[in-house]
Amino acid sequence: MMKKIKKIKIQVNGKISHIKDNSNLQELVNKLKIPIKKVAIELNQEIVDKNKLKKYNLKEKDKIEIVHFIGGG
Amino acid sequence: MTECAKAIRLSGAEIVTVAVRRVNIVDKKKPLLMDYIDPKKITYLPNTAGCFTSDEALRTLRLAREIGGWKLVKLEVLGDKKNLFPDMIETLKSTEVLTKEGFNVMVYCNDDPLMAKRLENVGAAAIMPLAAPIGSGLGILNKINIKIIRSQTKLPLIIDAGLGQASDATIAMELGCDGVLVNTAIAKAKKPFDMAIAFKNAVIAGRQSFLSGRIEKSLMGNPSSPLEGII
Repeated sequence: MMKKIKKIKIQVNGKISHIKDNSNLQELVNKLKIPIKKVAIELNQEIVDKNKLKKYNLKEKDKIEIVHFIGGG
Repeated sequence: MTECAKAIRLSGAEIVTVAVRRVNIVDKKKPLLMDYIDPKKITYLPNTAGCFTSDEALRTLRLAREIGGWKLVKLEVLGDKKNLFPDMIETLKSTEVLTKEGFNVMVYCNDDPLMAKRLENVGAAAIMPLAAPIGSGLGILNKINIKIIRSQTKLPLIIDAGLGQASDATIAMELGCDGVLVNTAIAKAKKPFDMAIAFKNAVIAGRQSFLSGRIEKSLMGNPSSPLEGII
């Protein structure tokens, strides 16, 4: 019998997203195909270290912001 | 985006302001600014356009630094949604915090010489007074204040906001400014590329004029041909 994968609900850039339990930020970034060198990431309003994304485990209701530069001023 | 990159190239701009916004995680095909404007060729100046509190501005610029190690930033904390004037109390507070965190802060401010001095005292890297409200196209409304600010600071002085046509840029440079920051006057001109070129020439003309040393103003006429030998 196949084991059912448990998923958790998180918010990415204001949108609800489902990701498997025990995921980390690196896995999320890979899943979303984010060009990591061109962005900055916040986890619950704290800036994360882009070189240590695996260190950040995601839990239910986490809020993630992924931002980049656009023209404007 | 292609048009924007072309206008920047034609204007001869060395610095371009950029805003920090959410990545579109749904539509991956949306073009990225860095694909059009090479940050190795043109200095990106992250800025806090649209921020109304010190906290928002600080959060934005800390994120900007994280994107690519940018330390040179433009601070803009607005105080009123209608006239878009800067909230100078919040601006001053933010300038101090950011400077202590190692940022080089170019500060959008009103054209008040006293406030400009205060910004300098807390470590601003450049003073960027408005000519007139953002996007208004009114040109430099208070030339005297800009002149006073120029005379009291050696920091880079850049007119930020309110210019409407190329000659406004010439006036700014003739007042001794080090540069102008322009968006709307070019972007919304009927012929943006031509206006970009006009601004480039206007800045060069104004700078040369300033360095050449203008003549004294006089209320009376002075003949420009010699009177000697007149018949």
